[in-house]
Parts: sequence; C-alpha cells; structure tokens
Amino acid sequence: MAEQVKIAVVGSGPGGLSAAARAAEQGISHILLEASPQISNTIFRYQKGKHVMAEPEALPLRSQLKFEAGTREKILGEWDSGVAGLKVNVRYGAEVTKIEALNPGFRITCADKSVVTAEFCVLGVGLQGNLRKMGVPGEEATFVQYQLDDPDEYSDETIIVVGAGDAAIENAVSLAKQNQVIVVNRREEFARAKEGNLKAIQRAIDEKQIECYFNSAPEKVDLLPVGRKPGRMWLSTPKGRAQILCDRVIARLGANPPRGFVEACGVNFPSKDPSAVPALSSTYESNVKGLYIVGALGGYPLIKQAMNQGFEVIEYIMGRAVKPADEPLLEAKFKAMPNYRSVDETLKQIQNNAPHLALITSLQLREFMVDSNILNIAAGQTIFLRNDYTNTFFSIIGGSVEVLLDDAGSKVIPLNPGEFFGEMGLISGRRRSATVRAGARGAVLLETPRRSMLKLINSVDAIKKVIDGVFIERALKGRFGEDATAEQLKEVVSTASLQKFRAGDILFNEGDEGDCLHLVRVGSLTISRQIGGKDVVLAYVPAGQYVGEMALLGENKRSATARAAINTETIRVEREAFQKLLSRNMLLRGRLQQEYKARAAQNLTVQASGAAGDVISFLVGQGAGEATDILLIDEALCVRCDNCEKACAETHGGTSRLDREAGPTFANVHVPTSCRHCEHPHCMKDCPADSIHRAPNGEVYIADNCIGCGNCERNCPYGVIHMASKPKKKPGLLNWLLFGFGDGPGESPYDPEATGKKAVKCDMCKDLKGGAACVRACPTGAAIRISPEQLPQYAFARS
Amino acid sequence: MHDTMLNYGRFRYFWIMLVLLFGSLAAYIWHFPIGRPNGGSWLGYTLGTIGALLIVWLMLLGIRKRRYASRVGSVRGWTSAHVYLGTSLILVTLLHSGFQFGWNIHTLCFVLMLLVIFSGFFGVFAYLRYPALMTTNRQNTTRDQMLEEISELDKSALTLADQVDRSIHDVVLRSVQRTKLGGNFWAQLTAKDRSGEAVLKLRQAVLSHKPNQPEKKASGGQTLVMMVDFIGQTANDQQAESLRRLLDVMCRKQSLATRVARDIQLSALMEIWLFIHVPLSFGLLATLIAHVFSVFFYW
Repeated sequence: MAEQVKIAVVGSGPGGLSAAARAAEQGISHILLEASPQISNTIFRYQKGKHVMAEPEALPLRSQLKFEAGTREKILGEWDSGVAGLKVNVRYGAEVTKIEALNPGFRITCADKSVVTAEFCVLGVGLQGNLRKMGVPGEEATFVQYQLDDPDEYSDETIIVVGAGDAAIENAVSLAKQNQVIVVNRREEFARAKEGNLKAIQRAIDEKQIECYFNSAPEKVDLLPVGRKPGRMWLSTPKGRAQILCDRVIARLGANPPRGFVEACGVNFPSKDPSAVPALSSTYESNVKGLYIVGALGGYPLIKQAMNQGFEVIEYIMGRAVKPADEPLLEAKFKAMPNYRSVDETLKQIQNNAPHLALITSLQLREFMVDSNILNIAAGQTIFLRNDYTNTFFSIIGGSVEVLLDDAGSKVIPLNPGEFFGEMGLISGRRRSATVRAGARGAVLLETPRRSMLKLINSVDAIKKVIDGVFIERALKGRFGEDATAEQLKEVVSTASLQKFRAGDILFNEGDEGDCLHLVRVGSLTISRQIGGKDVVLAYVPAGQYVGEMALLGENKRSATARAAINTETIRVEREAFQKLLSRNMLLRGRLQQEYKARAAQNLTVQASGAAGDVISFLVGQGAGEATDILLIDEALCVRCDNCEKACAETHGGTSRLDREAGPTFANVHVPTSCRHCEHPHCMKDCPADSIHRAPNGEVYIADNCIGCGNCERNCPYGVIHMASKPKKKPGLLNWLLFGFGDGPGESPYDPEATGKKAVKCDMCKDLKGGAACVRACPTGAAIRISPEQLPQYAFARS
Repeated sequence: MHDTMLNYGRFRYFWIMLVLLFGSLAAYIWHFPIGRPNGGSWLGYTLGTIGALLIVWLMLLGIRKRRYASRVGSVRGWTSAHVYLGTSLILVTLLHSGFQFGWNIHTLCFVLMLLVIFSGFFGVFAYLRYPALMTTNRQNTTRDQMLEEISELDKSALTLADQVDRSIHDVVLRSVQRTKLGGNFWAQLTAKDRSGEAVLKLRQAVLSHKPNQPEKKASGGQTLVMMVDFIGQTANDQQAESLRRLLDVMCRKQSLATRVARDIQLSALMEIWLFIHVPLSFGLLATLIAHVFSVFFYW
C-alpha cells in the first residue's frame, strides 16, 4: 500500500533537508526520501575534518536547521540532531526511480518498488547523480559495493573490481597491495584513464599483481551460502564463460547525471548546454505543476541558498507569501536608484526598461539582480577603457552611454536605455574592443558578473538569441564598418551565422572551394600548409581576427588549412553577400588586399625559417591558443635556481603558484606549470562562491571568499591551481640569512596543524608594481611572459 | 625575447664598465703623484673608495636576490651589473695599488678579490654552458620523475627476479640496496653510478647456474649475450620470460641512473663555484675592513 503524504521531498541535501525540517516543524505530513544510508550524502562524502564555509556571508539563514561555517562533522552533527529533534520523517536507502504527475499529486516509485503518493513534490537531488549499477542479477548482493572509501580496510581478500575508469584503477591498484585483485574490463584496453593510472595498472598487470579480464562483462552474481568464499561472479569472456569465487565485488561505473531523471519527470530544460538549469517560477515551481526544485539542481550551488529555498518552498506550498531571503540585499542595492519605492516595483521597472531582461522569469531576475550592481555614472565618466580585460556585462536602465571605437574619439556610437554593452569581452574573453563613457545626462547601469550572465545565456534561449544577434552585428561593423556604411553591411549581417568548432576541427582545407569568411569570436585558429608532406604551421589567429577572405577576394581555392586550436566559435560570412559588399566598396576591398599581402609576407618568413612553425604548434599544444599571458622559460638560460618559485611563494603568502620544473620542453622552450590566464578560464566554470575573477589587465585571480571546494583545481586542464592553507609567519631575511631563524625564502615545510585550505593560483602579481615577481627574480633572463599576440614574433625569434 | 644577463639593457653595464675602466686608466696615466703611484695619493684614495664601495654593493646582490617584492631594478639587471662591475674591479684595484705588492694584508685582500672574481667567471661560464646540456640530458623529464621511475623499475626487477630464482633475487636486491646516486660533492662532480655493477653481478649469478661454462672477463655487452644464452638453455619458459623482462628492466635502469648522475653532476657544476665565491667574498670583506683600518691606523 502506498504511503500518502502532503509533501514528498526527494534528496536530503541542504535544500531538501531544510524543506523537510520546515514541514516537520509545521506539522505537515511529509516524507524525505534519501537514496544513501545517511543525510546529505554529498557533504558526508567530503574528506574528514573538511572546513565547510558559509558563503555568501551577507545572506541571512532561514531554516529550522542550524548552519554556520565549521567542520564537516560539526555541520552534519547539528543537522542529524536537528532532524531527530524535529522528528523529520526520513526514509533512508530510498532511491527514487520515477516521479509521475497524476494531476493533481504525484506518484513516486523507489528502486525497491515501494511507492509514495504526495500532493506536492520537492526535488532537491543535487548534481552528483546516482551511482551506476552493474545491471545484472545479484547486483545488490551484500558483498557487492559501488564505492570504496578506504582501500586499507580490506586485506587478504579476493576482490573483483569492475570498471575501467580512473576510480576503478585507483581502487584496484591500492587494493592489490594486500589483496588478490581481479579487474573486469568491458573493453580491450583502459582508454578512459589518466596517464598515471594507465601506467600503474599496466605495470600491476605485467607483474601479475592484478589479473585482468579484457573484453569481459559480468553476467550474474551469486551469494554462496557455504564454502570458503561468500560470493561468485559469472563472467562472459572472449574465451567463453568463467566463474570467479570472491570475497567482494567493487564496481566503479561512474554516476548517471541527474538531468535524464529530471527530464523524465517532465521538467523542461531550456537548452542542451550541460550547465543549463530548468526554468523555475518565483516560487521555485517547475513547468510541472506542484513539482518544486531547490538547491544545486535549480542553479543554486551554495549550502545557505539551498537551505533558504527549502524553507521558502514549504511556505509557498502552504500558500503563505514570504519575502525571499534576498529581499534585504536587493533593497540595499535598489536604494541607490533614483525614485526608489519598493523592490517589486523596481524589478518591474527594470524589466520594462531593458527588454532583454523581460525574457527571464522573476526568480531568475531576482538572482540576476543579487549578483549585479547598480551603477550611477556621472556624465562623461569612463565606464571601461578599450583594451581592458574586464568581462562584466552592462545593461542600460537609465540615461545613455557613448561607445568610442578609437582612442581619438572620432567615432562615437550612442546607446540608450534598453540596450546593453560589454558582450564582446564577455563572449570572446578578450580585451574590451572600445571605450565606453556615460552620456550627457549620466547613466544608470546594471553591471552583471560574467558567471551570472553566462548562466543566464545558457539557460534562456531567447536571451542568447538577442545577444548573439547584437554581437554579430557589432563585430562585423567593428571589423569592416570603418569603410562601409551600415546600409552596405546590412545584407552581410543578416546572412551571417555562428559556427562552432571543437579543438582540432578543420574550418577549411587547403585547396577547398572558398565559400565563406570566418571572423573568430571565441577561441583561436592555426593556419597551416602541407609542405613536403608535412603539416607546417604558419600562423596563429586569435579571436577578433578573420580568415578565409582571400578566397572571396579573387582566388577561389583556399591557400591554407585553418584548424581550431581550442574550442572555437566563428561568425560565418557568406560569399555572395560579402562579394556584393566588396563590389560596392572599393575602399574596403583595397584595405583587405593590403592586409592580405602583409599576412602572406609574414607566412612566407615563417615558412622560410622552418622551426618557427614547430614552436607555434608546440605552444598551441600547451594551451597558448587560449592563453592571454603565458610564462615561458628558456632552458638554455635557466640555471634551475628556482628563484622564480621562491619569489612567487614569498610574494604570495608562502605558497608558490608555479612549478618551474614540471611541464614539457621543446627546442629549449619550457612551459612550466603556471597559469595561462585563459581567455575563458576553465577554473571559473564551476565556482560556487563566484570568487574567481579577471582584473582589468587580464589577471585571473581568486578572491578571499573562496570556500575551498576544489572545483577549480579539478577543472584546470593545466594543473596550475592547488589547495593551500596560510603558512606560518616568517622571520626577517637577515635573521634567516645570518642566524638561521625560521624558514628561508621559498621554504614552506608541511604544517600538520594547517586548516581552512583555499585555492591558490597565479595572479600575475597584480598587486605588485613592476610586474610578475617570477620574471623579475630571474637572474639570467630565462623567464619571460608573453601574450598570444607575440606568439609568431616569439616563435620567429626562437628559430 | 629571452635575453641573457650579459646583454641586459643593450649591454648597459658593459658600457658602464668600459667608461669606468678607461676613465680610471686615463686618470692614472695623466696623474703624476709624488714618488711612485700608490694608494695614498688622491687618485689612490679615489680608486680605493670606488673599489671598496663596489665590493660592498656587489655583495648586496645576495640580499636583493632574496627581497622578492623589491622594485629596485630586476634581478637580471643586478646580475648583469654584478658581472661587469665585478670584472672592472681587477683594473680599478690594480691602479689603486699602483702595482705595489708584498706579503701583507693589502695584497691578501687583492688576492682574495681575484679568487672571488675568477670563481665568478667560472660561474658565468657555467650559467651559459650547462643549462642547455642539462635540458638535453633530461629528455623532457624531471630528475624526480627519473628517480621515481628508477624506484619503480627496482620494484619490478625484484618482482621479476622472484619469479626466476632465489640467487638472482638476492643479486637484484643487493643491487637495489646499493644504488646510490649523488652523495658528497666529489661523488656528484664525478658522476659515478654503480648501476652497471648490478648487470655484472647478474651475469655471475647466471653463470653459477652453468658451472661448466668457463668464466670470461666480459663487458656489459657480453653480459647481455651470456644472459641470452642462459635464456636459451633454461628449462622453464616462465623463468626465461621473466629473465628476459628483468634484463630489459635492468638496462633501462642503468641508462636512467647514468642520466640522473649526469644531471646531478651538471647541477653540482652550476653550484660548486658558489661555495668558493660566497665564503671568499665574506673573507674579502673582512680583509678589506682590515686593509682600510690598518691604512688609517698607521697613517
């Protein structure tokens, strides 16, 4: 018989738990369904003693449960006692497999076939997903497990590890020290694994420490009531069926991302982008009536936000109007506006004045506003300068601004309320393409950080369309508008489209028919030619430049191959429209021909030098293609004194952010493990506290509100971020030099008492005058920093 | 793009050195002191003061180099000035002394200074010559990675030796325990590694399996041939296979150990001169103080 409740909460993360606690406190019939055997599995699985932070500090907590910054144990302890004290109805080990809308109400089915019916459903399943099972009979047997916390717990057992990913390999290798380990791999090799793990497992197999069944899959798992071993696994192998007696089966098969499950519940996602979040109303209700979504799944990754939402969602379900927790934050912000009356009115006014913001839900708008700043700019004051590296997005809600395309200020474009600017820097990740200052009456602006804006663009298709349209128009006008009128450009703009390329994709091949021109808007390209049977790189094309114009100017065949150096987006300009433009505008034609000549001459010198192209390809392979600033060391000059590392540590609280020795070398050019300050920093992608920013000069840095979650460390493909705590204070230099007190420069011995680790990375010494300390401390001139614009010149100098 | 410490600021300090040298020389030629040229004339005092100040300032490089937040020039600029102005001291002090030498503290001071300067010349040579050699020798890995691989190879060798024979295992174990890279300065500079011994020992162990085989003096290459012989004659396939793999592992280890030893040698060469240069410059400073003090005390 199905259990019947008013509110069913799925997932006991901070959001779900807080919702259930509020329901329990209010005496509403409820059930909290949790797949794991304890509450808040994600936080439970943090490492022991991890310090959990309570960002954003300004946001007040609204929950029946306590939460403030502290250790994992303290927080979980308080929640456990809170859940017990409020008599929250929790069902552990209840993995929800299906949620059906009955209109009204929901029918919720669990993995063990038990069913719960509820009038309302609150979904707080987070983003971690459920662990994949083997999908064979016996997969739930007592000796089968899908996780392994501590390999040292087991010894002298026969253990079968199923899986070929990093987790499976790491487990197998560490278990093999004191157990007999058998690995079952569905494929004929370990293709998905990291280099280090691959070597480790290969060696273990070679040395017969681990037995591996390739091209094999489990068929069935039996529990044996008698005998020496408790279990038996049936395997299908290329040589036939095998059975293995074992003490334990550990299957590490990854997790199913929750999106599929959520979509199966009927919830719509606005786009295919993995970072898209479902559209929610201001009461957290999804497009499925009665189904509410809270926490990370709804786009709110911070614990405190999720807990507040859990509380509020119960209030909304009970039909009580509750002012959202962010109300005081918004009020404080809006007070700066002229004629402020109330938060709701101001929100409405903003949506009226800025049409692109009318495309989003009021919940999204509120969050957008919490993240954004309202700026009152006096007439004539500069908002940002051309060539700044800032990447915030501005919407005009009052007054006007002037866009100055060149330094002389001869070309001014006015923008009025409802329009926006700053989308170029935001999307291309490059320097600002123009200076913007407030107009004659001053300006009221909404400044939105990059992350909030990108989240919005990825979640709301309509906004993406509007911004992309404006981007294309402005980018083409910026590139070709100097000689052509808006009227002449009209057809080119209307037929232009966006094209995406993955790293390594080819835009066009040498000898292809030229049918279009590409203006790079995100990423970068390399240009190469087949010379003597070898692909020789001749040039590097950063965002903001175009390629393929020559095939439109006269020659019909492509003279070289263009390949995406990293994930790249281009604006594709069609041949007919562009040729029409050229035929009407001889000035533009002449200028393009001149640019082409200069470029061809440069390509020829690179081609003649031979090695320069190899240096370019090497550096592009090391991430120079997406860098804005990269540290290079000439190994013919580097005396390995590590003064660069010491200087970095000493100017940054004792922890060096660069590893000189690590990293590859080609023709004496060494790329150390050090931040490249990417155009689209991978580290920024998933920062829950939004503490990674870009400074006006391009430095990507981590602010103090870092919560130490380690996402950036994992996301950085170059391994330049690590977690560090503040080291002890050091004595003065002369005390160390003459008397040997304390730790010397660059020395930071392991400190067992250190707590509160935060992410650290290179900030290019933005707070020090005179440039990066690593370069300034190099005694031999081996260390330099270059930007990708200097890449061809550098490569040429090295050849 | 990358420039050396010598051509810093378009050889700025080279030109300053030349001006200083020709200036001093011109003044020395033009100057007619009472009696013979010596440190007690006005030019002698001037050059002496310049020299003493230069010595003190040159020694400040050790502090500037560690003042990482300092904005007083770059370390490369300082090093460049250190090299050129340090070189100019030879002539400046010679002219200061008026070429008078004797068995006294003053000449000791001069000799110490020359030792410091010439050890510095070796330093400049080492800094320009060895980094590139080091890079070539490393073959795109780091020393730690090579050492790690050696210890992994040791583990593999032991596991494999275990599968062959007790005596082979003992040989491999002893060789693992005896692998020693680096050590005191002499060991570092001579770059001796004993990894070759292991292969030789292995050969002996293999030979003892076939006592009727006459013992020959064999080089590393011949050792390999013998091993292959043994592989051919052993009864057990499994053993032969393990031995074959063991040989691969040992050879790889030998080549790695040689490279690590060379790496250590090159770092030692880039460092050793500092162990002369720095203590002697402190000695120089002490004798310089004694020199100045005695000159004024006996005035």
